[in-house]
Order: sequence, then structure tokens, then C-alpha cells
Amino acid sequence: MVAEQTSKKPFSVTLRVWRQAGPTVPGKFVDYPATNISPDMSFLEMLDVVNDELTKKGEEPIAIAHDCREGICGTCSCTINGKPHGPGKGVATCQTYMRSYREGDLILVEPFRARAFPVIKDLVTDRKAFDKIQQAGGFISVRTGAAPDANSIPVPKEDADLAMDAASCIGCGACVAACKNASAMLFVAAKVSQLGLLPQGQPERDKRVLAMVQTMDDAGFGNCTNQYECSAVCPKLISHDFIARLNRDYMAALFKARFRPTSNAAAGGA
Amino acid sequence: MAKLDSKVPSGPLADKWQKHKTEIKLVNPANKRKYEVIVVGAGLAGSSAAATLAELGYKVKNFVFHDSPRRAHSIAAQGGINAAKNYQNDGDSVHRLFYDTLKGGDYRAREANVHRLAEVSVNIIDQCAAQGVPFAREYGGLLANRSFGGAQVSRTFYARGQTGQQLLLGAYSALSRMIGQGGVEMHNNSEMLDLVVVDGHAKGIIVRDLNTGVISRHSADAVILATGGYGNVFNLSTYARQSNATAIWRAYKRGACLANPCYTQIHPTCIPVSGDYQSKLTLMSESLRNDGRIWVPKKKEDAKKDPASIPEADRDYYLERIYPSFGNLAPRDVSSRAAMRMCDEGRGVGETGLGVYLDFADVIKRLGEPVVRERYGNLFDIYHEITAENAYKTPMRIFPAVHYTMGGLWVDYNLMSNIPGLFVLGEANFSDHGANRLGASALMQGLADGYFVIPYTIGNYLADQKPGSRPKTDGMEFKQAEENVSSMSQRLLANKGKEPVSHFHKRLGKIMWDHCGMARNKAGLEAALQKIPALREEFWANVKVPGSGDTLNQSLEQAGRVADYMELGELLCRDALTRDESCGGHFREEYQHPDGECKRDDEKFGHVAAWEYQGEGKTPLRNTEPLNYEFTKMSVRSYK
Repeated sequence: MVAEQTSKKPFSVTLRVWRQAGPTVPGKFVDYPATNISPDMSFLEMLDVVNDELTKKGEEPIAIAHDCREGICGTCSCTINGKPHGPGKGVATCQTYMRSYREGDLILVEPFRARAFPVIKDLVTDRKAFDKIQQAGGFISVRTGAAPDANSIPVPKEDADLAMDAASCIGCGACVAACKNASAMLFVAAKVSQLGLLPQGQPERDKRVLAMVQTMDDAGFGNCTNQYECSAVCPKLISHDFIARLNRDYMAALFKARFRPTSNAAAGGA
Repeated sequence: MAKLDSKVPSGPLADKWQKHKTEIKLVNPANKRKYEVIVVGAGLAGSSAAATLAELGYKVKNFVFHDSPRRAHSIAAQGGINAAKNYQNDGDSVHRLFYDTLKGGDYRAREANVHRLAEVSVNIIDQCAAQGVPFAREYGGLLANRSFGGAQVSRTFYARGQTGQQLLLGAYSALSRMIGQGGVEMHNNSEMLDLVVVDGHAKGIIVRDLNTGVISRHSADAVILATGGYGNVFNLSTYARQSNATAIWRAYKRGACLANPCYTQIHPTCIPVSGDYQSKLTLMSESLRNDGRIWVPKKKEDAKKDPASIPEADRDYYLERIYPSFGNLAPRDVSSRAAMRMCDEGRGVGETGLGVYLDFADVIKRLGEPVVRERYGNLFDIYHEITAENAYKTPMRIFPAVHYTMGGLWVDYNLMSNIPGLFVLGEANFSDHGANRLGASALMQGLADGYFVIPYTIGNYLADQKPGSRPKTDGMEFKQAEENVSSMSQRLLANKGKEPVSHFHKRLGKIMWDHCGMARNKAGLEAALQKIPALREEFWANVKVPGSGDTLNQSLEQAGRVADYMELGELLCRDALTRDESCGGHFREEYQHPDGECKRDDEKFGHVAAWEYQGEGKTPLRNTEPLNYEFTKMSVRSYK
């Protein structure tokens, strides 16, 4: 990580931004000056300033995904100087501050790149493949109103804490963008681990992991080759240890699926 | 004149909801699949409603402008969710949660709604725990609690500083399950731009696909809006940048009454503004007030000094001093105004003088840094990212910021607006928080509405609608609404202005904050009512929206939303001017007790003000719904 500057003096940088008018047309890098930038500005606030200047000139502003601007919604998704979410550790693009840069810097800004995340426009990509994976099994089937008292199932604090570590995933896709294989293993591992660590998640544990991995493969994400770029760029610092947990659960589920006896009820009961 | 019948059931307060549930009409399981329900929004209220209604068998269409329902701004709620579980054995009960919420709202909410909220709060925790929400736990494996403002019991459940995220992901998982099963048809990147009313009933919406610009019509047997609050009318707030009021505002223009818009919440603990470029304000969770102590220097001349150099004797822990029984956990409105008074006295800290200290030195000394890190680590990290300061070593600087809007579309006890078939849930409605919301109650209300109220009450409406009777989308009303939407887009795109949308949003925000922010007065509000229409005129004359309408165009999206704020802001000021009293988040300087507390006027204003649109350029009509307090006495709120 670059040392942050402590000066409050405004400075100027050059942005080299990926511009692409639509999903089916080729894109290219275009340079824009960003002048009079305060070190206290966030990276997105700096882009706001650049975009307002483009608008005043009658040019189309740079399309960029953003929303909460506090690192929790997972909308923002820029690769900055080759690193998803920029130079900081454990932060999203929106939590990147200009004090990480210096006068005269050239900053390369691209969308997250992966086959499963096609570009919609400029820096905005389509990440609905993540939703599809969740829909395949990222849940515990509990109808509203059917739940037992919350304290009737104690959960060891260590398990709950570990489940929370996994659950803090914001679904941004930086793990995919950082991976040379564009693998979504960290994303899938986080959800599989969260639910697999809790007693409530046990009944569907095997079914869940098989369905989610299958959907991940179908969506065009690559395989994991244990390089851990994913956890290095994760804005929530989710550990790649969860990938080991996913692999173990997946193997166990495959094995059990082969040898588990099936009940006649599966063919339809009364 | 709109008919505002609250439809509160008769009988003892604690029995009303039970009784109502057994008396309202049901739709039989085979018929449910014949009804289509549109849900707009996918935050806590929207996704919990969409998932639950689909589980019941209704055909649900869920629309959200985000690229995924998981991104709705409920995700950013930090501190927790209240529930009257009394797991701590500290004297909590449904009645106490009811009473605290009603009192916290400064006696401007409906008793029956608030009681129902407290009743179902316990079911929410059960539901979420069963979904795999990783709530904080004690070593024995049972759920942990913490305290929040306005309460003297520990009833707040939490998942580190990311409770909203975890609850939303729980609801999102339920929604995902139903999408996967085909019960919910999900429309991402789809913004509702108009409501379609047919024969007086809400029967559809007009939607713009934000990626392709395609405008489409959707009909349904009922429409549910769960689209959040309107705090971004102030430009700077803790809301997400895209959070907007367009859905409720366009519904208002179709006849739905907007109630108590002047009830806006200013959260006391946010990171102060650093410059003009600022795009949002970041909240530091109220939970920090469990352990942090708020202070300013006693002497003005110390305000610019290094806080470490100010001796204990020269510090004014003003919340502990003024409100000894609630101390640093005084409710949000009370704490925000106290901070403002300190800054007005010249004792505010930081470069701008608009800040107070939130100090953790005591708790770190008592429990050690690791414990504080475990409780609040992520908040300290956020603070560091934004300010480059280490709050373990030096106190945080905080200042109040717009955070929530208690006002919203008027709904009856069934959460139905005055337009039959239009239901409004969560922050988008006005119903449960009165004039001020207590901490950890927003998550509670969003999920109460979506999981446990609407699934019952919508049946009562649908049972009277013949299955299959919903209109086709080729009717006059749909055509006219679609034209309304496309003509507004075209007008914005064709405008030959020079300034970007943000220019106008910033200026509107400044007018709102200066004249209708933490404190309001007659002269200021009258000035705002002059300035806003003038700014609106300038907006339409001089706004520049580049690009075209047939692709992703974020300037166009923003322009439409800001155009709505330009109108909503005026109504907010008008409501504030008409309400000649102070209550909760609505503080009129003319109406205060000698100690600076709110002075209500129950005689004249013990009612809900529900504004009804009368057409462009016409003054809206102010309808009232009296608040009948049958079971509690409207008393002067005291936290001393």
C-alpha cells in the first residue's frame, strides 16, 4: 500500500479511464485531467468532479456503479491501477481516498473484468451471475413464521463469529476480477461456509454446496488454482481458508450423494 | 378531500392485532396464485414482503433500481434491531418496547401500530436466526444484546456493526429462494417512474430499465411500495447516493397522501463534513454511545486545542450533565440538538467548529483496546479511512446529519394508503415512529411490515378483488402514465442548460439544511418557500443532461430524482411551517421549553397531517387524522 500523504494541499492527476458505450461495442482508454483535487476527497468524489466538468462541456460523463459510498453495498467496482478497489487493504473503491495519490500520478481506471461480468457501459458491469448462484442454494429454507424461538438453538460463539466473518461478503466481485481464472470460489465459499457453520444450515448443507458450485460453473467462472489474489483484494478481508472449507464440503457432498440411500418418499408421498 | 380512516380495530390495545388477524378476510390457497402483486424496492421491507407473499403462493413481481436486491440501503444499517425478547431478564416486555417507541416518537404515532410493531418484534429475531443471520452471541451460545438510545433495557440484537447487512442478506436469501423457485419474478435495474391508478385502485406501475432505457408497463392486483425514505432531499445525508423519493413522490402525484413530511431525523453521530465536494455523510453507529462519552470543552478558547491537552476538569460531558438518567444514550433528536447548541455556543471542535468529541479513552482504560476493537472495530476502521485519524488514540469528531425520514405515504392499520390497492411498507410509510425514531427500530419496522404484517393485511384487500380482474396494460391509464414518464425524460434530455444535476441538488440541499434542518423557524421556512420554487425554475431552465434515453444514463436518472426533490422539498417546508409546535425531529425554535426541549401542542397538533396533491402549481390540501390516545397519556417527554 502506498504511503498516504498528510498534506491538505490540492493537487492534480491524470485519469486513464475505460470508455465503452455499450455491451456490444469495443471500448478504449481515454485520458482525463483531474485538477484541484483535495487529498480528503474520496476516489468517487474525485470522479464526481471530473464528471461534472465533462457534463458542462457537453460530453457524456463516465458511467460508474456506486451507491452507499461506505463500503457495504458492494455496488462500486473499479479496478484501479490494476488492482480491484484500488491501493487500500480491506476497502472498497468508495473507501479509497485521494490521499493515497500524488501530484502528477497517472491513474488507470477499468471495470472489473471477467467473462461472467460483461461490461454494460464504461465502468459498469453486469454481475447478475452472483444472484443466480445465491438463488441456486444460498439460503436456509425457512418459511416466514415457521421459526422456533431464536434461543432454542444455541450456537457456539466461535462458530457464530466465524460464520459472521464469512457473511460479511458484500458481493462486489473483486475476488473474481483479481483472479487470473476469474473464479468465484471465494464468493461461493463465503456463503457455503456461513450457512454450513451454523446448526440451522445443516439439513441443506450437501444440497446447497452442490447446487451453488454447479451454478457457478455454468455461469462461466473459472476454477481455483490457489493463488489467493481473491482474499488479497477482498474489501472485507474474507479469508481463503473458507475455500478449503468449500472444497471439503463439496467433496463430502459428492461422496454422500453417491452412497446415500434414497427414500421412497422422494418419488411422491401421500 | 381524501378519506383517512385509520381502520384501527376496536378492543384492548394488546388484543387488537390478534383480533384483527382472526377477523380479516383470507384468500384461499388455490386462489392466491391467481393474484399478481407488484413489490417495488428490495430493502428489508420489500424483500421480506416479496419473499413471504411468494411463499404464500401469490405471484410476485419485484422491481428494484439496483443491479441486485442485495444492494438496497438497508444494508448499511449498523447498530442493531430491537425486540422485546427480554433475554437479559432486565425487565423488558412488549409493553415497554411499545411505550419506549411511542414516547421516543414524541407521541405522534398511532398507538395500535406501535403496539403491533412491539408484538411482532420477537418473531423477527426468531425468523432471522433461523435464516442463518449470524447474530452476536455469548459464550454459552445464546444471543447477545446491547443498549440503544431512548431505552433503559438491553434489547438490541446485532451482528457486529453490520446488522442491517446481515438482516438484509437474510431477507435476500429468502427472496433468492423464491426467485429460484419461480415464485418471484425479479426485475433488477428497473426504476418505477409512475403509478397507474385504474377506477380509483392502484393496478400497475411504469418502469424504466436503467440499462437499456426501455420503458414498460406492468399491471397487478395490488402494488406495494417499499422504496425507503426521502432524506436525500437534503443532498448530504447518510443515505446511499441513489436512494430517492421518486416512487413515493409519483404516487403522491397520483393521489396518495404524504403524511408528516417534516418529521426528519438528524442522527447525532456522523463524521463531520470536510469540503464542498462531499457526496455523503458517514454514520458512526449509535451503539458507540454505549461506551463512548460525548464532550466539548467547557471554554470556547479550548475548542481548537488538541483534545489530549484539555484536562478532565475543563471538559463538559454535556449529555451526562443535562440528561443524567439517559446520559450518552439520550434519543437522537435530543442528542443532535444538544450538539448543535454546543456548537452555537462556540464550543464546537474541529476545523469548522461543527463537531463534538466522542471519546473512548475511559472504556479502553476499563476494558482494554482488544475488547473495544471486537465491539466496534469496523467503525473505528471506517473512521480512520475517512479522517485518517486513529480513534483508539484520539477522540472521534462527530456531528449530526440527516439520517432517516419518519414521514412518508399515509397508510391505515393495514398499511394501505388512501388509494385502495396501494400498500406502503418500511421507511416509505409514515406509520410507526411518530416524530422521532429510536435507534434500532428501523430494521424492526421494515421486517415487521414485510414478514408479519402485509402477508395478513393484503389478503383482506385481495379477497374483494375478483381473481383475474386486473386490467390489461393497453388501457388508457397505462398509456397516459407511460406518456407522462417518457415526456419527462425527453424534456430533461432536450434541455439546453449548462449546469450538471449535482449543481442544483447541492443548492437545494443547502436551502433545506439551512432553513428546514435541525431547527426551523417561521421566517426561515417562509424564505425557503420563496427560494425553492425559484431554484426549481432555474433547474428546468438550466439543467444539462447529456447522452440519450436509450442506454444507461446516470445523469438522466439523477435529473428525474432531483426534479422530484425540488417539489418534495417545498412540501416538507410547508408542512414544517404549518406545524406550529415542536415535536421529535421537528424542532421549531418558537416552540421550546426554557431548557431548549420540544414544546408540543397536543390540542392543536395532536394529529397526522396528510398532504393531498391538487395539481401542478396548486397548494396541496392538508388533511388530518386525529391521534386518539386511548391507553397512554400524551405526556412531556423527559430523559432527565
